[in-house]
Amino acid sequence: MTTRTDLVYLIALPLFSSAFLLLLGRIADKWGHFFATAISASTFGIGLYEFFAMRSRSGDFRAATQRIFEWISVGTFKVDASLLLDQLSICFVLLITGVGTLIHIYSIAYMSHDRDRRRFFAYLNLFIAAMLLLVLGDSYLNLYVGWEGVGLASYLLIGFWNERPAYATAAKKAFVANRVGDVGLSLAIMIAFTQFGSVTFSGVKDAALHASSAALTALGAMLLLAAAGKSAQFPLQSWLGDAMAGPTPVSALIHAATMVTAGVYLITRSNFIFDASSTARLLVVIVGAITLLFGAIVGTAKDDIKKALAASTMSQIGYMILATGLGPVGYAFAIMHLLTHGFFKASMFLGAGSVMHGMNDEVNMRRYGGLGKVMPITAVTFGLGYLAIIGVPPFAGFYSKDKIIETAFNAGGARGILLGGAALLGAAITAFYMTRVVVLTFTGQKRWADGTHPHESPSLMLIPIILLSVGSVASGFLLNKGNALVHWLAPVVDASGAEGGAELFKPIVVSALALGVVVLGVLTAVLKYRGTVPVEAPAGSPLTRFARRDLGQDDFNHRVLVLPGRAITKSLVGMDFHFVDGIVRAVGWTLSYLSLSLKKVQNGYVRSYALLMTIGAIALLATIWLVTL
Amino acid sequence: MFTSPILDYSLLAPILIILAGALIGVGVEAFARKEQRAPLQLGIALVSVVASFVQLLRVRNVRSLKAAIDSVAFDGATVFMQGSILVLAFFALLLIADRGNFVAQASAIPGSQDEHSSIAEGKSQTEVFPLTLFAISGMMLFAAATDLITLFVALEVLSLPLYLMAGLSRRRRLLSQEAALKYFLLGAYSSAFFLFGGAFLYGYSGSLSLTGIATAIDVNSGNDVFLLIGIVFLMVGLLFKIGAVPFHSWTPDVYQGAPTPITGFMAACTKIAALGAMLRIFYVALSADVVMWRPIVTVISIITMLVGAIAALSQRDVKRTLAFSSIAHAGFLLTGIIALNQSGLKASLFYLVAYGFATIGAFAVVTLVRDSAGEVSDMNRWVGLGKKSPLIAGAFCLFLLSFGGIPLTSGFIAKFSIFTAAYESGNTTVVVFGVLTSAIALFFYLRVIVMLFFTEPKSDAVTVSVPSLKVKLVLAASVIVTIVLGVYPSLLLNSAQSFASFLR
Repeated sequence: MTTRTDLVYLIALPLFSSAFLLLLGRIADKWGHFFATAISASTFGIGLYEFFAMRSRSGDFRAATQRIFEWISVGTFKVDASLLLDQLSICFVLLITGVGTLIHIYSIAYMSHDRDRRRFFAYLNLFIAAMLLLVLGDSYLNLYVGWEGVGLASYLLIGFWNERPAYATAAKKAFVANRVGDVGLSLAIMIAFTQFGSVTFSGVKDAALHASSAALTALGAMLLLAAAGKSAQFPLQSWLGDAMAGPTPVSALIHAATMVTAGVYLITRSNFIFDASSTARLLVVIVGAITLLFGAIVGTAKDDIKKALAASTMSQIGYMILATGLGPVGYAFAIMHLLTHGFFKASMFLGAGSVMHGMNDEVNMRRYGGLGKVMPITAVTFGLGYLAIIGVPPFAGFYSKDKIIETAFNAGGARGILLGGAALLGAAITAFYMTRVVVLTFTGQKRWADGTHPHESPSLMLIPIILLSVGSVASGFLLNKGNALVHWLAPVVDASGAEGGAELFKPIVVSALALGVVVLGVLTAVLKYRGTVPVEAPAGSPLTRFARRDLGQDDFNHRVLVLPGRAITKSLVGMDFHFVDGIVRAVGWTLSYLSLSLKKVQNGYVRSYALLMTIGAIALLATIWLVTL
Repeated sequence: MFTSPILDYSLLAPILIILAGALIGVGVEAFARKEQRAPLQLGIALVSVVASFVQLLRVRNVRSLKAAIDSVAFDGATVFMQGSILVLAFFALLLIADRGNFVAQASAIPGSQDEHSSIAEGKSQTEVFPLTLFAISGMMLFAAATDLITLFVALEVLSLPLYLMAGLSRRRRLLSQEAALKYFLLGAYSSAFFLFGGAFLYGYSGSLSLTGIATAIDVNSGNDVFLLIGIVFLMVGLLFKIGAVPFHSWTPDVYQGAPTPITGFMAACTKIAALGAMLRIFYVALSADVVMWRPIVTVISIITMLVGAIAALSQRDVKRTLAFSSIAHAGFLLTGIIALNQSGLKASLFYLVAYGFATIGAFAVVTLVRDSAGEVSDMNRWVGLGKKSPLIAGAFCLFLLSFGGIPLTSGFIAKFSIFTAAYESGNTTVVVFGVLTSAIALFFYLRVIVMLFFTEPKSDAVTVSVPSLKVKLVLAASVIVTIVLGVYPSLLLNSAQSFASFLR
């Protein structure tokens, strides 16, 4: 462990900048966005510096800590506000600040017509600060602060255009779904405290060695619930699609590249708990597998380009969660997929934003078509992201996704077949719906609405996209080269002795299988959508309709959670009114009755007052007499 | 043989400075020109208060029983209480000086031709300032006196100006004069009790000094019946001044009728002086006889809290409500006497300051809410004030929350420490009732807050007049003290701790 003193600036800079811009008000309208971008860029600078400093340190000294102040001190329970920057957090720091800065730059142009651009940038800075706190906290409690902070920033940004009620509702939905997950996290913290007496990562890790399996399973399940809320995993996935109401840069940064991957971070950070509880691991892989298929299926039916991408995000995070559930060897692959996904998904979202920018904010892909010719740069960068996500070698997604599928097959026995099969099927569907997006948007005839004149976006928007797409081309190869990331992360996730699983298939076979299904998916989509595409969506099969309605997730929530919840609330209100309030009202009546009778004594006549005093004095005498007798 | 008395003038100086200021004020009233009077009077009053406070600070570490032969004790409690009286009086004076709250010519009969002509002539009298100074000097002496004669003299010196001042209101003259007369009659009645009690105690102990009485109780020399009657009657006089049930009946009427700045001054400063004297008498003279008086003080404390809190519920007038709240606080303060230990004394001192500031602040707000006919104290017309004037209404809420003892306000720390002291001394009953009545009182305070902030304002508009610099100062000081003592109480608790001692 190394002690450092400059980690806190990573968080302090964007935090203060955010407060600064919000407090300054309209005065800062002219330069606020440049200021925020410069702050974000400087955090990236600090991140890079920390990264090289870390690389130059050897072995055990790579992880660094900084104690900021003593936060809570109650009896023997002490929590410091401390930061921990280790091999895992630095990956996130670079991703958050790097992608974050690019998206800041992009937003300067994207939001240039918005009255509240300064507020938007203040929120973006707030998000950066909170997200960095989330990945830098050295205890579950510190993480929780960041966790709530990103929730707040996400809420503010989804509802940024809150003058439109639907957007405000979407923000609220995201907020509520996230709260359910947060209950999981706070319960996990309480379990950790009562069972282990500590809430720091290192403290819990030490205590987990001797903990009962029931406690570990409960802790794991609660952490998984938290992760599901934040990362839009089954069964708390319903908010992500609606969250696309926010400005597109927000979707790219928060709802694709960084915040939604916090769940993956949480599980990876808590690897010592999941390693010790096979039940918790099983729950993780189930959630991951269901979500990756769920998201992929929903993605095939969406006509809204952002919602299609959102479904795809859900599905890709499903892959990551699945990987974390596969034991020590899976964590590094989950993080690798997270990083590559951060690049290609952000680049595609920004591409979608660029398309919308040229198409008068149209999001319906059936209204696109033939945009490749008018927006060549957007089309090419989007295409690179597309090749990355469907996993075509040598693009980024190929390396990371392939590893996950391979590891899933190696889980052993029927479980391996099932999980590997699901992952493989997911890859096929991914290829299908992503091809659909590309074909509908960039090729074929023009189906533009009247009066739209698509054009390529300004260079301030294109440069970030180009830089990100470089990442979506090269990041996979670089991270995988000589198992660089696996070795880098080894001290954190403790992958020693993880090579146990027998190989079901040779890696090359898995790659071939994956490529095969991808080609199948691509071909199906091309054949299906190459001809004329109706502007109005056809009725479609019942399955399509079901997928369009997000596989009934909202209906499910409504029937299973909202209606019974309302009924319970209603009956509780009734009981409260008749029973609890009844008592209170009775007390109230008694008191006001007493009060009114006291008022009568206060009649305003001096003679009655003097009489009262005399009686009082006599009563005092009598009492004291009785007492002393 | 008659020996000339030895007076320690440096220790008496704080009181003497105030008296001198008052005398100069009388001269100014007689000789200065009309338009010069008001600023001169205010200047003299403020300067004397500040000078007196400075002198008090200079001698704050001196401890002596011989300041004026054996009649005045200069100990920690004296310094603390005189200091708090001076600080609160300073702000009360600012409030008194703020625009025309006072009648032009108090002697004119309300509504008479005489009154009209005095207004037409533009007469204005400013005797309220010297009167206030006289009252302050009486209060300072009352808190320091150690023999029964001096106590009585101080009691009268502080009371007589207050009787007059209660009748000086410019608006609602009849109500004000009625209040003054009631206060005077009942005050005279209670003074008689006090004097009579003193006579009985002298009969019991053969001594007028508090320590002499204490010695007599120790050796149990006298007639127990005399002691008993003496204690009870003395207590009646003191309980009247702090407004404890059943000697409280004057409080609502006088609080309502008196000019609001005077009400604030009375509520804050008189309470310190009267409770200070009471603490001294019970801690110094009567502590040996605690088994006799503790039960009745407990009963009175409980009844006072209950009556104050419950009666406040049905009041419709802001000033009357604050009067009942002050009655309830008298009950809470009595727990500090019941505790009869050092932490009880410390808590009482803290409580008095915390309550004093919140009270002055609350009455300062009352002076601001007006319509064309002057102050509006009808609570129904305060509805929705928070929408019109969030800052002022917010300050009022803060004071109410402090009265209610909500954490992060000074009132919470005050209640907490005084109940803790009573609990330590084993008087759980009074603590239980104290907490219970706090809850009842809170209900009422919250109702007012709801009325101010969460109810739509009615059309018959009351306005919140723009506070003058003086009122702003008062409000700012009250708000700051109320919050600071709630957040960082050790600032004052530590000094209360070091000053919480009586010389015997």
